[in-house]
Amino acid sequence: MSGIKKPILQMAGITKRFPGTLALDQVQLTCYPGKVHVLLGENGAGKSTLVKILSGVYTRDEGTIEFEGRQVNYTNVREAMAYGISIIHQELNLLPERTIAQNIYIGHEPRNQAGLIDYGKMVKDSRALLKNLGLDLNPDDYIKNLSIAQQQMVEVVKALSNRIKVLIMDEPTSSLTQKEIAKLFEIMEQLKKQNVAIIYISHRMDEIKRVGDQVTIMRDGKYIATLDAKTMDLDDAITMMVGRKIDNLYARSYNKPGKEILRTRDLKGLRFRNVNITVHEGEIVSLSGLVGAGRTEIAKALFGYDPIEEGGFQLFGEEIKKPSPKKCISRGMAFLPEDRKAEGLHLLMPIKENIVAACLKKDFPNFILNGKTEQTLGELYQDKLRIATSDVDKLVGELSGGNQQKVVIAKWLATSCKLIIFDEPTRGIDVGAKAEIYALMDELVSQGYGILMISSELGEVIGVSDRVYVMREGEIQAELSHESLTQENIMRYAI
Amino acid sequence: MIDYFKKNVDFLSRITILLIIVAGMSVINPPAFLNWNNLSTVMFQQAPFTILMSFGMTMAIITKGIDKSMASIVVLASMLSGSYFKNGNLAMGFLIALAVGAAAGLLNGTLITRVGVAPFIATYGTDFIALGLAYVVCAGRYIYDFPANFRVITNGCFIPSVPNIALVTMIIFILLWFLTRKTIFGRSMYLAGFNVDATILSGIDAKKVVTVVYTINGLLAALVGVLYMARLNAADPNISGNLCLDSIAASLIGGTSFGGGKGSVSNAVIGALIIVFIRNGMNIMNISTNWQQAVVGFVIIFSVFYEMAIGRLTKKRMG
Repeated sequence: MSGIKKPILQMAGITKRFPGTLALDQVQLTCYPGKVHVLLGENGAGKSTLVKILSGVYTRDEGTIEFEGRQVNYTNVREAMAYGISIIHQELNLLPERTIAQNIYIGHEPRNQAGLIDYGKMVKDSRALLKNLGLDLNPDDYIKNLSIAQQQMVEVVKALSNRIKVLIMDEPTSSLTQKEIAKLFEIMEQLKKQNVAIIYISHRMDEIKRVGDQVTIMRDGKYIATLDAKTMDLDDAITMMVGRKIDNLYARSYNKPGKEILRTRDLKGLRFRNVNITVHEGEIVSLSGLVGAGRTEIAKALFGYDPIEEGGFQLFGEEIKKPSPKKCISRGMAFLPEDRKAEGLHLLMPIKENIVAACLKKDFPNFILNGKTEQTLGELYQDKLRIATSDVDKLVGELSGGNQQKVVIAKWLATSCKLIIFDEPTRGIDVGAKAEIYALMDELVSQGYGILMISSELGEVIGVSDRVYVMREGEIQAELSHESLTQENIMRYAI
Repeated sequence: MIDYFKKNVDFLSRITILLIIVAGMSVINPPAFLNWNNLSTVMFQQAPFTILMSFGMTMAIITKGIDKSMASIVVLASMLSGSYFKNGNLAMGFLIALAVGAAAGLLNGTLITRVGVAPFIATYGTDFIALGLAYVVCAGRYIYDFPANFRVITNGCFIPSVPNIALVTMIIFILLWFLTRKTIFGRSMYLAGFNVDATILSGIDAKKVVTVVYTINGLLAALVGVLYMARLNAADPNISGNLCLDSIAASLIGGTSFGGGKGSVSNAVIGALIIVFIRNGMNIMNISTNWQQAVVGFVIIFSVFYEMAIGRLTKKRMG
């Protein structure tokens, strides 16, 4: 498939040890100019470590890197950049209080004859770079005023401001909308035409065939296989990546809905209005739409974290006046925020203390904690949700993304909630754990819970929902039942 | 056994440092340092104030704040209650002192949680207000020569050979240890310190928790004010001295982190003892207070450095 071109990059026998773990074990990777090489693997498979070695963030313990036919041994990011190897990290690394131009040229600002920063040239060059990629952005705008997607684009431009030959993109689409993703892929096409080799990490299986030329699969720090992206079988790839077969990612037993749990009445808040939705026992109801359509805001308003401007809602037929998280929890509502680490968990606290965080008043009514009860509750939910840990005394931060999400779910199951709001339940979670989370959601609704899900992943929305409300710019456009759910159907109302 | 060491590495390593310091001082100047008279003076007459203050400071820092105002609340509470104690009206004196402390603490808590002022700024403001008011109240007339039934609060021995002030400190320690470690309130304080958003979203009234913490600090400061008067036999607006800085130092040396969530009242005791013994040892060696300041500074930086090294280790484990 690539016999015509010589590889630009060959990594072989790469091994990296961290104290107590072997992060990479004899991994290889070969990239060709003008091709997109997808790295596939679960969290902890070693993808990020590998690209960090390539971009100079880490140094390898063993192995060789051959770049354009020559052995290279750089030890930091700057040296890697000098070879033309750039990385766009998962977390954006921009300075919010600086302009686009300043961010693009950070660290290599153009100088004038006096040796001072030539801001005019910086703006001019930035404008040219932006235009080159067909981006309609003003280099004088501040980063803080841009959407996440626009910031992502700036990251790409920033990488391009260096003369690049290899561009590494670590989960660039995890917070982008479909439209923005399409834009990003267009840019990648252009880069391919300019003979840039792209290494692409993503958890979204549907993207692999769309953008990839080759796929390298990793598992537990080991190299598994390299396949042709266009001809490979997706199920085979998943099996290789997880190490076992996943029969059905979305296993649903569609139940007959029971009693009504939630009903909103002309709800209006920060970025939404006229919202009338219901959730019944036994139902998974989704809010679908583009990022910024006002879905998370609805969830936060229902949970009393953001203000409600007009309208109201009923929980089990009871009108909730002046909702607050405390009040909503006591009435049986639970909320798994989209940003698990910032809003859902106490990463530096033990698993069991996270699990009991929302039920302290209920389980310790006389104000005094009881270590034994905490331990019992912790272990109970560890068993129930199969949280992979040897000890519930361990810190939550030590768990994988999927297990962290299970801790958040455990926290809510430990309360007496009946309505659970899942905001992006599987963001950043690998395929194996995803299937577990979906199975868990299905199990919960079978037990009579009601679930309100917010998701930007269309596959997920279509796969697990009983009903879907499609939103656009803060208003509900359509209500679809699971029989009529297709990608086209949802997008028709969402855009 | 090994598990016990692993879990309590923070506490044990600090005890070790304390013992090293005490041993070092003992070697350098055995006759002057290592005698019951000196050691008991340090433990019972000097340390309790720093310890009580560092309890409050530690709790404030755990909630990702700081309490700059405690030392001035000490002064204001003693200036306002002094005349009652002088006249032998102990109940009224205590009532006034504690009311002043609670009010100042409540002001801090309200400014921080309801108005949204940064803790440093809110308590810095209260610091000036309290000290200013104290000078106004004092108006140059110092109160001294308190009746014996008041002074017995520090000097007397309810339990033979244990001065009351040590007993009071012990009781407060046990109360606060229980409150912070064994109650919903204490857990909420740690939760809020580590991640306030996640705490509020778990249905905990984090604002209330933080307000209560600062109110407790005010009460602790008022208590220190009363004890100080009884010990010095005088109410003087200049008594606060090193109290504020030493209590911050004690908290930091005790492993409390400005990142929030980390720290404990038991480590604060050790931190305070380390500070007090370092100062005492240097006093005995005739090292000037200026040099003492510098040494305390070094110890603070060293302990934070140590904390960061530990932090990096845990981070790596999680990476």
